[in-house]
Amino acid sequence: MAVNFVRPIIPKLTKDPWAIQFDAAGHLKHLLTIEGLGSSWITRILDTAEGFMSVSDREIKKVPLLRGRTVVNLFFESSTRTRTTFELAAKRLSADVLNINLSTSATTKGESLLDTLRNIEAMQADMFVVRHEQSGAAHFIARHVAPHVSVLNAGDGWHAHPTQALLDAFTIRRIKGDFAPLRIAIVGDIKHSRVARSQIHAFNSLNVGELRVIGPRTLIPNDIEPLGVRVFHDMRAGLKDVDVIIMLRLQRERMEGGLLPTEQEFYRLYGLTEEKLKWAKPDAIVMHPGPANRGVEIESRVADGPQSVILEQVSNGIGVRMAVMALCMSAES
Amino acid sequence: MTLLPELNTIDQLLNECLHNLARAIEQKELNNPLMVGIHSGGVWVAEALHQRLNLAEPLGKLNITFYRDDFNTLGLHPTVAPSQLPVDIDGRDIILVDDVLYTGRTIRAAMNELFDYGRPARIWLAVLFERDGRELPISAQTVGQRVMLSSQHQIHVDGPSPLTAHLVTREEIA
Repeated sequence: MAVNFVRPIIPKLTKDPWAIQFDAAGHLKHLLTIEGLGSSWITRILDTAEGFMSVSDREIKKVPLLRGRTVVNLFFESSTRTRTTFELAAKRLSADVLNINLSTSATTKGESLLDTLRNIEAMQADMFVVRHEQSGAAHFIARHVAPHVSVLNAGDGWHAHPTQALLDAFTIRRIKGDFAPLRIAIVGDIKHSRVARSQIHAFNSLNVGELRVIGPRTLIPNDIEPLGVRVFHDMRAGLKDVDVIIMLRLQRERMEGGLLPTEQEFYRLYGLTEEKLKWAKPDAIVMHPGPANRGVEIESRVADGPQSVILEQVSNGIGVRMAVMALCMSAES
Repeated sequence: MTLLPELNTIDQLLNECLHNLARAIEQKELNNPLMVGIHSGGVWVAEALHQRLNLAEPLGKLNITFYRDDFNTLGLHPTVAPSQLPVDIDGRDIILVDDVLYTGRTIRAAMNELFDYGRPARIWLAVLFERDGRELPISAQTVGQRVMLSSQHQIHVDGPSPLTAHLVTREEIA
């Protein structure tokens, strides 16, 4: 097998890049982005995940649904939590799991990616879970895999991280119930965040009452309002009457591009401290996709505090990923 | 045209099951049994039986969606009601309840799921209807009514209240 890897050549996305997610019968086949799912598929995934949650509470944490299937975690970018929860999800469905970590530093010809795909396909893989630093990588793979193979996007560049957005929606629904009366604020580096992009699409599909993004001008895209969000640059105004606060991870490499003065400055203005948390509703929940930079975007006492649901997000991630895997690999009746 | 069998009333069926189960408990064939219904029809029947048998422990509920053997052809349907087994089933006598015993595949799936929760001492199968068409070597110990039916017909149980049963033809289902 070619293990020496590989930067794919990503062609321009077609007009409806999400149409590829469905098979001819309209059933979910790949999960690449939240776009195109609509509230019916999102709700179906969340409902299915609810059923799978109980599996994790049992003595034998396994159901035989995907017995004999092979799931390949294809990670071109390192990740512990996401890869581990995908791996656990697949194992709890009784699938066999193969983890392949491919360094993106080894740049070779674009064809090599397809070569590797063909090699893994020849091992009778049924699903690829793909994480890649390039936007569109999962789409590219979905277009080129054998017809029986499903592809799940576990994060591609700045583009999308659909299972993270789904598990966040799942966590919110479990705690708050209905989405319609909720105000949700996403805080931090919106511009470079695939998590934020997927969350915005998911929450809008689910008709969240009001969706806000809060951050410095340099970290919020100029054209974001048409996506259905209200933009705030001030935490006090942005957090007022908010039910759900989602802190994003501040990627340290952004500092080098001159988008931010210092970590301390960011923490002073946008870091979620106990004091700033009081500006939101008293029963607001605090979320973070992890891994959190304590003292940069979130204070430890908030991350570990009573309003934090960060660890619930991790547990819920397993159920949601089980649901996505099972739905993508099941036939439609 | 063949003559269709007459289905007994729900009360007759439940009474037949109750009578049979009470005798099994009395004769120590079943010791301090735990009742478990299979979603959805089996749970409705089990609720009716559980109440009348005065069993001490709450009713268990099994959702066998994740254990079905037709996942590849029929797909996955979201289950808002996951399995719930309120007490440890290790070493216990279990009355597994379903509405209709037909191919036996549902019961196989249910037994597989039960064994993922523990190792019961005994599983006793109670069904409202037993019909022909078994595809697996599975039989019921408690039966409300035995019915001979062609594959063109199905028994449709509806509930939870009122619990009703009627015959439908394949065409009506499709």
